[in-house]
Amino acid sequence: MRKILLIGFKDVTLAFRDRAALILMLAAPFVLTLGLGMVTGRFSGNSTSGVSDIPVVVVNQDAGDLGQALVDVLNSADLADLLAPTAAGDSAAARQAVDADEAAIAVIIPAGFTDSIIPPQGAAAADAVQIELYVNPTRPTSAGVVQAVVDEYLSRVEVGRVAGTVAVTQLVASGRIAPQAAAAAGQELGQRQAAEAAAPIRLQASTAGQAAQRFDVLAYLAPGMALMFLMYTVANGGRSLLTERAQGTLPRLLVSPTATAQVLAGKVFGIFLTGVAQMTILIAGSTLLFNLQWGDPLAVAALVGAAVVGATGWGLLITAIAKSPSQVSSLGSAIMLTFGILGGSFISLSTLPAWVQAISKITPNAWGLEGFTALALGGGLPEVALPIAALLVMGAVLFGAAVLLFNRQGLVQR
Amino acid sequence: MTAILEAQNLVKHYGDVRAVTGISFSIAAGEIFSLLGPNGAGKSTTIAMLSTLYAPTSGDALIGGHSVTRAPMQVRGLIGVVPQDLALYEDLTARENLTFWGQMYGMAGGALKRRSDEVLAQIGLTDKANKPVKTFSGGMKRRVNIGVGLLHKPQLLFMDEPTVGIDPQSRRAILDMVKDLNRQGMSVLYTTHYMEEAAELSDRVGIIDHGQLIALGTQAELTQQVGGHDTLRLHVGEDQNAERLAEALRGLPGVIQASATDHEVAVIVPEAADALAPIVAKAGEAGLKIKSVDIEEPNLEAVFLHLTGRALRD
Ligand SMILES: Nc1ncnc2c1ncn2[C@@H]1O[C@H](COP(=O)(O)OP(=O)(O)O)[C@@H](O)[C@H]1O
Ligand SMILES: [Mg+2]
Repeated sequence: MRKILLIGFKDVTLAFRDRAALILMLAAPFVLTLGLGMVTGRFSGNSTSGVSDIPVVVVNQDAGDLGQALVDVLNSADLADLLAPTAAGDSAAARQAVDADEAAIAVIIPAGFTDSIIPPQGAAAADAVQIELYVNPTRPTSAGVVQAVVDEYLSRVEVGRVAGTVAVTQLVASGRIAPQAAAAAGQELGQRQAAEAAAPIRLQASTAGQAAQRFDVLAYLAPGMALMFLMYTVANGGRSLLTERAQGTLPRLLVSPTATAQVLAGKVFGIFLTGVAQMTILIAGSTLLFNLQWGDPLAVAALVGAAVVGATGWGLLITAIAKSPSQVSSLGSAIMLTFGILGGSFISLSTLPAWVQAISKITPNAWGLEGFTALALGGGLPEVALPIAALLVMGAVLFGAAVLLFNRQGLVQR
Repeated sequence: MTAILEAQNLVKHYGDVRAVTGISFSIAAGEIFSLLGPNGAGKSTTIAMLSTLYAPTSGDALIGGHSVTRAPMQVRGLIGVVPQDLALYEDLTARENLTFWGQMYGMAGGALKRRSDEVLAQIGLTDKANKPVKTFSGGMKRRVNIGVGLLHKPQLLFMDEPTVGIDPQSRRAILDMVKDLNRQGMSVLYTTHYMEEAAELSDRVGIIDHGQLIALGTQAELTQQVGGHDTLRLHVGEDQNAERLAEALRGLPGVIQASATDHEVAVIVPEAADALAPIVAKAGEAGLKIKSVDIEEPNLEAVFLHLTGRALRD
């Protein structure tokens, strides 16, 4: 165990002494964040302006409480600076407003939305009815903000619904209410919950303070860039394994009383640690320099760890496939750019076709960005549980694949 | 005399390349043993097998009683390896390199620090300890490379051509260091293609060629194989055909062997003084001009020449 740590620390030291690597790990993401931030006007005028007064068209065709609750959320005082909602009579008008670039996004709440979540008394559960978001592709960041607010709202509703169902089931099971009365009880719970559904977002907006109210465009740009250059770091880390083979330090390690598995684990740990160090510096730096709020520190830390695990998996796979250090570099750069684009570092994912969004799920960038956006909007650990789980699974699967490939080739030619 | 190392019929094939075709020898505790042979003879491959880096195609070796194939971990604790090519982290300082590699051998804390100081003094780099290795000269890097190998005081040190490509001063320092380490009780397996180094350092020498040991013994034993014969080195001009001269001399009575390389013909004769005049005369007859002649007493180079008909140097 000690040797694994020592090999990892050694690799972090080496990574941070490599000037070319430092430029790509730290300087490049900072400069790009800064540049893109300027383009969006983040640094002009008052420094905390960010995005504000996003034009949103809202169409509410739902007769129930939940539709109205969402409208209330979008019109709430806490989001007043951020959003400038207007109502439209029907979805066609709303889409037209977006097409005419009068709005960044249209939120269309279809008829039967409430009923599909809380079935009315006596009725069977209806098919799920989805809220439609019609996005203006020229305003990805603004649209992304609204999308995040709606997602947040929906996840609260979902949590409430599950909790309600569980509560009713328990009441029936324990004999406190008769089965016939269950539906009525559920309905009542649902109504109460609809009234409360808006509360969490208000609450969240006020706890996260002003930053959440005025969603900061940097909260999208900075993690996007950090995640993209995280891919550089992991490829560079993987490359060091092949460099060590070429420069003879790997054979030297293998003739010391250190097991092959320890050497490999040490190298993996080194890549992970370098990635975490890079992300930490970028997060700390943007917090200090740009006054950027990343959100709940614990959740941010967990998400960083998971994102680096997922990315490390890719770094290892690239290394296992490549034959030489220079092949790792070129493969790494290609993947860094592809994943950067696919993962939404440049263009908001919501503006891309559905199949691209589906493919983007193989990138740590997409999951990471989803998580960081949720956290910047005031979410906590529960909101990023899915991205974290996905990233960890991604890391584990890729690590397994890389080990299989390494085993076939052997660490050194024998 | 207990053997620290016993190689038993080691064989290594890389695909179709038969790098080592069956090597057996033993090294006594406290001995310096040299493997002398030209480039490509199989020296590094032999070291790779003995140091547990490569699994032998067949055969085995015991080091301190442990099999390199069956108990590699035990073997690794006993040996130190100085690889032919530098194996260092160039962005780390000399001291950081020593510290890291010491840790890989299970050393830590004050003991590691003291031992690093000791080794830094031994390799003459105390004042450069905190400079990155990449700023060092070739000779200095070689010395760090050696320092890493002996840091943990191994019982048996493998040194694979540690003096290749460095200045005479660094080379001298390294040879003296090897003798010093040996006086302190370290057994050494030293490979080289320089006859002089093997002659100066070793108790016993194994001559290796094409993956095989072709001779093994003390220097005296080996030179006796050439029967106490002298070697004459005839240098001819650029315009002269050395091969034709060798051809002509082979017929001469008293010439045991004559072989040509570039602009030199090496002739093995029983007694240099008697052979010189007839050789010069014969060359004249053949219309070839000899520019100068070196006379060598029996040495390892002559043994190699005698056994293979080729020169040791590339
Ligand atoms: N990894 C390898 N793959 C294939 N052939 C090799 C490899 N290493 C060495 N050889 C070949 O094996 C032979 C012995 O090489 P080596 O042990 O390096 O000799 P030496 O150290 O005496 O110069 C040479 O012909 C060399 O080309
Ligand atoms: Mg060699």
